[in-house]
Parts: sequence; structure tokens; C-alpha cells
Amino acid sequence: MANQLTNIDRRNFLRLTGITGAGLVLGLSAHADGVATVENLAAAGESFELTPYVLIEKSGQITIFNTKPEIGQGTFQSIPALIAEELEVSLDKVTIQHTGGEKKFGGAQFSGGSASVRTSYTSLRKVGASAREMLITAAATHWNVPVSECYASDAKVFHRPSGKSLGYGELAEAAARVEVPKEPRLKDPKDFTILGKPSPRPDVPLKVNGTAQFGIDVAVPDMVYASIERCPVLGSKLVSYDDSAAKKVKGVVAVEKCERIHGVYRSEGVAVIAETYWAALQGRKALKVTWDYQGNDKFNTKTYEQSLRDASKQEGAVEHSQGDFDKTFAEAPVKLEAFYETPIVSHSPIEPMNCVASWKDDSLEIWTSTQVPGRIMDDFTKTYGIAPEKLKIHVMFNGGGFGRRLYPDYVHEAVQLTRKIGRPVKSIWTREDDTRMGPFRPMTFSAMKGALSADGKAIAFQHKVISPTLDMRKDYDKTKADGTMTEGISEQKYEIANMKNLYVHHYLHLPLAAWRAVTSTTLAFSHECFIDEMAVKAKKDPMAFRLGMLTKESDTKNLLNKLKEVSHWDKPLPAGWGRGVAQYEFFAGLGGFVVEVSKKGTGIKIEKVYAAIDLGTVVNPDTVEAQVQGAAVMALTAAVKSGITFENGQTVQSNYHNNQLIRINEMPKVEVHILANGGPRIKGVGEPGLPPFAPALCNAIYAATGKRIRRLPFDINKIV
Amino acid sequence: MIKLTINNQPYEVDASPEMPLLWAIRDMVGLTGTKFGCGMAQCGACTVHVDGNPVRSCSFPVSAAAGKKITTIEGLSERIGEAVKKAWIELQVPQCGYCQSGQIMSATALLKNKPKPTDADIDAAMQGNLCRCGTYQRIRSAIHRASEMIQS
Ligand code: FES
Ligand code: FES
Repeated sequence: MANQLTNIDRRNFLRLTGITGAGLVLGLSAHADGVATVENLAAAGESFELTPYVLIEKSGQITIFNTKPEIGQGTFQSIPALIAEELEVSLDKVTIQHTGGEKKFGGAQFSGGSASVRTSYTSLRKVGASAREMLITAAATHWNVPVSECYASDAKVFHRPSGKSLGYGELAEAAARVEVPKEPRLKDPKDFTILGKPSPRPDVPLKVNGTAQFGIDVAVPDMVYASIERCPVLGSKLVSYDDSAAKKVKGVVAVEKCERIHGVYRSEGVAVIAETYWAALQGRKALKVTWDYQGNDKFNTKTYEQSLRDASKQEGAVEHSQGDFDKTFAEAPVKLEAFYETPIVSHSPIEPMNCVASWKDDSLEIWTSTQVPGRIMDDFTKTYGIAPEKLKIHVMFNGGGFGRRLYPDYVHEAVQLTRKIGRPVKSIWTREDDTRMGPFRPMTFSAMKGALSADGKAIAFQHKVISPTLDMRKDYDKTKADGTMTEGISEQKYEIANMKNLYVHHYLHLPLAAWRAVTSTTLAFSHECFIDEMAVKAKKDPMAFRLGMLTKESDTKNLLNKLKEVSHWDKPLPAGWGRGVAQYEFFAGLGGFVVEVSKKGTGIKIEKVYAAIDLGTVVNPDTVEAQVQGAAVMALTAAVKSGITFENGQTVQSNYHNNQLIRINEMPKVEVHILANGGPRIKGVGEPGLPPFAPALCNAIYAATGKRIRRLPFDINKIV
Repeated sequence: MIKLTINNQPYEVDASPEMPLLWAIRDMVGLTGTKFGCGMAQCGACTVHVDGNPVRSCSFPVSAAAGKKITTIEGLSERIGEAVKKAWIELQVPQCGYCQSGQIMSATALLKNKPKPTDADIDAAMQGNLCRCGTYQRIRSAIHRASEMIQS
């Protein structure tokens, strides 16, 4: 049974193993050229300039280290599976342990960008294959038989002619002395027993019986609880506070300031620290705090949105240009323009932000749900002047990530508090804190232009993005086209000869962040709805119009053809129904939807949802299906629920009653089709199912009602 | 001191009477399978059974639970609860898993009242349980699967 090891001192454990040569420790050495090679850590002795992923002990115990925090996307299975497949062990015999930002595990200790499997697929298989070959060599040497007569299976090496076998534990010590193969032979995918098959996730049983440990579940001796009052007007400064009443609340032990650090966004809060969380909450209510709003109490989203519309008149920085857009557009016989708008949204994972931190002498220990242990190691050693070996990070199961836990602002607060009071502190944000304080996904507005030839062919296209940036770095250059804020708009495969895509930056003082599928979540909406508008103008079927712009072979073309087939696109629908299609390709991958809707009173009912995701290679189809279904739910929430708005500088929404999420009764069935036909590029899983959902839905609504939706969110119950 | 019976074990907690049962269960008794999500009966992550009924423990004063039989995810063991957990594993329902204790407690309570729930029954019983990961389709299938298991 896989379990979480959180209490052993991993560094000492490894060192012990390495020095005594008690086992086989294999890792990847990432070279400057980005090529990873497999190396033997046990032989490397104490130097450990490598990233160890697999550890085999004499007892037979196998540990696989996972650098990709589990946030629900299934890396607790998919990442160890890459090693286990080649190592010939089943995952239920392996202990899986999250790494905590230790240098030895390399620079990619994070979950984000749907990157985990697509960036590790070959390198981690090589780790497993090397270990397998070394174990086989050790066994063959021991038996004095040719290597070719031996094979590995189920954590044992077998001698085929005699049938005798040795377990990995028995072989580990000898295997550690075998030279690491330069080019280990990878298994033929047709022999895979784990990869490519629907496989159970080792974390699922723990999440079904309540034993999975999330950050919020951590308790350490002598721990106290903190709840932090931050100014409801974002971007304010703390002036002073009166804690006399707060300190009278039973159980309150201290009141301290702490700073939330989110790139250039900094804000001081007042923490009430108590023996129980409930007491901390009561103490917090009794605080009297004076803030300087810095003028931000006049901010509201309505005015800001108008300023975005005004900013759209600026020319903008050129993000991509091909052919001659300006001339073609000016002279085109048929042209159209449209303006699209999207809202700010929150991540709202159900596990609120939290962190347990313990500062003792010159050492710091952190237990938290995070997507970025590597970044915490880098940033916190610098910010707080701690030696890397004095910082220990325990990565817990994340109760949702969605991009929110890429940012350790909540970890900073807890660290400062434990340092101040000298006791371990568990800081928990309330749901209201989580909803009001962000960081938020920014809105994007889009000014679209398109031109058609007389026979209805797309000849010119422009997508101009007007938005704030989620880049919170100090040296942000607002005169340049921001690749993150224009994500994907120049990556679509449609063959349109003349294109000029632009970016206009517009400042926003709020803490902003990446959200699952980042800016593609808003840009796919404007992009793919406008393509639909062009199809309508050209009097063409939207699917045929798209395929007509895809004459060359491409994954996009395959994906659309797949959707066309599985959705029976050409089959007429009942009266009052409509269907819509959309796809979007961006850095994380490629996904698409066909959505069918029907008119229901004044609103719309989603009847059927067909999803397709192109991966090239799939590791766990069962997880992929779940991810795409989940992405559709998240996209639907962002399309039809309130989003985040501001009045008088304050977030209007506060909890799930007014920042609603889709519930089970509102969730349509999603039928997922996975394209895994090989291909040069392995694509991501967690995000690509999100961006094309809203445009497919809105295109379907247009088909059913003739109403074109150009602003999110919209009320699905009041379309006509 | 407030006397609680959780998963058939007696506990005494030193809590103010209006403190929500959730914090007594998590922070004082140390059973962390029951989760905090919203604190205002909106998400269902904190669902436990009090005398067999599903209750949002974040909005239920600990004093009101005194003398009652409280069951948390850790103590869910009878036939229906076991069937639900089995179905949840079989269909690989959880993603991040954070909402799932609450989902399982709500689903078990539903199946106790309605061993053969319709989709409409599931909508009604489960719409108080949010899942940000969007596992709803599998939750629905798993409830139907658990229902089959308890029929046979
Ligand atoms: S925490 Fe109780 S319903 Fe959300
Ligand atoms: S599984 Fe993540 S919130 Fe439900």
C-alpha cells in the first residue's frame, strides 16, 4: 500500500543509504543542456549532485519520490507509474513520497502548466529502465548466467531456463555497484502493464476513508492557530490596531503583524494567535484595525471595465503578424468586428489556504498544501536567510490547486508568525479570506476583426487582447506584448493568410494569478466564438468552416474530425436544439468540445457534451477522463456563475453562497474521447479540457437561439 | 466539559458551547477526515452523521451534539457505508479528494433512506456538497453502483 511518509528525516535517510551502500538509489542528473542522464547515487557517495527518484532497500521496500505535488490531477499515480512500469513493479508495492524542494530532486518540483507527465515521460522511464537493467545484471552475475537469460517481473529477477529468482531487495546492494547503463532499453509500449491502461490511483483509498493528510490536517506538538485580518479594501496599508479586546478572548495567546507577499503585491495583516482556531476567530472579530486605503476604496469593476473598453482604442503591441492584415482588412469585401468581455474569477479550492510552520533556532519546517515546493525552497531560503539544509518542506495532499497554490503568500504569513512567537503556528484562511483576498484570475477583453473573401473564405484575422497582467514581477515591461496574456491566440492552426494579433496592457492594482489553463480560459472564448461569427457571416456550417481552414494535416484537424464523428455532427437535431463546436491549442495542449443545448423556457438546457483531448501519448486514460470532466465543470462555473466583482475597493463576493460553483444537479454528462495516436509531442491533461468549453457552449446557444453571447458570465436561465 | 460520542468512542472536550462541532472533531478529538470548506453550510465538506442524519458540522454547535451519536468518515463502517466506499474506489471518484469525506457521508445517508435512488433523488440529496474538481459525474455513478451492491 502506498502511503505518505512525512515524519522521517528524508535527507538523513538518503545519506545513510548512500553511505552504507545498503540499497540502490537512482537519480537523474540534469545537465546544462537540459538532457537528463541516469546516475547511480549510491556510488556517488556523499556528493549527491543528482536528483534521486527511486530507492530500493535491502528489505525489499521500494520508494519512489514524486516531485509533482498531487492536486487532484493524479500525479501520485502517473509520475511513479513512469518509473514503476520500466522497473517491473506494481504501484501497490511501492511507497510514494512527495519531495520537498531538496536540491537533489532538481528544479522542476512543482505541479503546473499540465507539465508533469509531458515533461517527464521519457526521462523517468529511463530511471526505471536503468534500475531494472542493473538489477538484472546483478542477478545474472550472482548466478553466473548470461544477462540475456534473465528478466524482471513483479519486483524480482528471474532466470528463464531454471526458473529461479531473486527479489529486488536481495539484489539492491549488488545492483548499486553495477555501472549505470548509458542508454537503457525502454520497454516496447505493447508490453506495458501500467502505462496507457486505466489504473487505480494509490491515493484514492486514502481519500475515501479520511486518512489522506492535507495541509489543513497537520498537527504538531505545541502548535497554536492563527487567523489573520487583512484589509477588505485590497491594496491598503496597515496604520494601527487595538488588540486589547482580542487579547481578552479566552485562548488567545498573541496578536502579531505579518506580511502577505505576492510578487509586487504586499500587504500587512494582523494575526490573532490562539490555542484553538475557534478562539483565534473570536479574537479576530474583537480586533480594531485602522487602514489607509491609498485611494483604492474608490475602485469598482464597472468603472474599470469601462476603462478597458476605452483602452481598446490603443493600437497595442504586436504579438504576432503574418501577411498584411491592415491592407487585406481594409480592402476586403466582407468584414466583421466584435468585442468580447470576461470576468475576474477566483480559484476557490475547497481546502482553504493554510500552512503549519515551525521556526526553531535557525531551522524552519513547513507543512503545507502547495504546488511549488521547489519555489518555496528557493524563495524562502533567500527571503528569510535560512540555509537550504535548515529548511524542511512537507508537501501534503492539496485539496485543490487550480493555480492558486502556485503562490506561497499564505506560507509567508505562517512563517513570519512562528518566527515571531517561537511556537509552531497553523494559519488557516477562512472561506471569506479566500474569496475576498485573491489572488484572482484577471479578466481579458478582446477586440476581434475578421475579413472574408467574396466566396466566404477567411482572409484576415485579428485578436487584440486588452487586460491587466498576472505577472506580478517588479520588472514587468508593459510596452511589450505579454505572451501569458495573449496565450494561444497565434497558435491556432487555422490557415488564415493575413493576421495581426495585438496586446494592450491596462494596470490593475489587485493581486492576480494564473488560474487553471491560465489566459486560454478567457481567450478561447473570444477567439472561438468569433470564428463562429465568421462562419455565420460566410453562411457556412461552423464545423465545415473550421475544417476548411485546416487543409494541412494537424492534431487540430484530427481532433475536430473526431468531434465531428462522435457527436454525429451532421445528424439533424430536434427543433429548438443547437450544437456548437470549439477547440483551443495552447502551451499545455489541445482540447475541444461539441456541446448540444435546447431551449428551456427563457433559458438553456445543456443536453450533451462531447469532449476530445489530444495527448499523443496517454498514461492513465481513467484520470484523463476525470480531468476533462472536471475541467468542463470548472469552465461552466466560470461561464455562468457570478465571477468576482468589486465595489468601493472591496470584493463583493465572500463565500460559496454568493460566489457559487456548479453543483451536481447542474452538471451535464461529459463524454470524453482521448486521442493518443503517438505523434512527436506529448500534451498535457489537466488544463486543455477547460478553454474550449465556454465557446462551444455559447456557439451552441447561438445555433439554438440566434443570440450571440459576447460577455461572460451570463445567466443560462435567461437567454431569451 | 462537553461529552461527545464519536464513532462509538466517548470524548470530553473543553469547548465553548457555541463552538461548531467541526472544530471539536478536528482540533480537539483529532479526527481530521471531516473537512472545513466554508463554515456556513454551503459546501458540505464538514458533513457528519448525528444520530444517523447528515449534518453540516461547521454550523452545528458542539453543545447540541452532546449525548448524540456522531459518526465521521473514520467511523463509517456499516454495510451501506462500506458499499459506498467500495463503489467510490471502484469508480475512482476522488480527484483532490478534499470534498470526498463529505460526499461519502451525504451519499451514505441518502442510500439509508433510499436504497434505490433516482437521479433526481441524487440531485436533491447531493447538491449541498460542492466539488471544485468536478467529480459529480462519477459521484452519481458511484451512488448507483453502491445501490446495486446493497441490493445484492
Ligand atoms: S464547511 Fe461546513 S458546509 Fe462547508
Ligand atoms: S475531489 Fe477535489 S473538491 Fe471534490
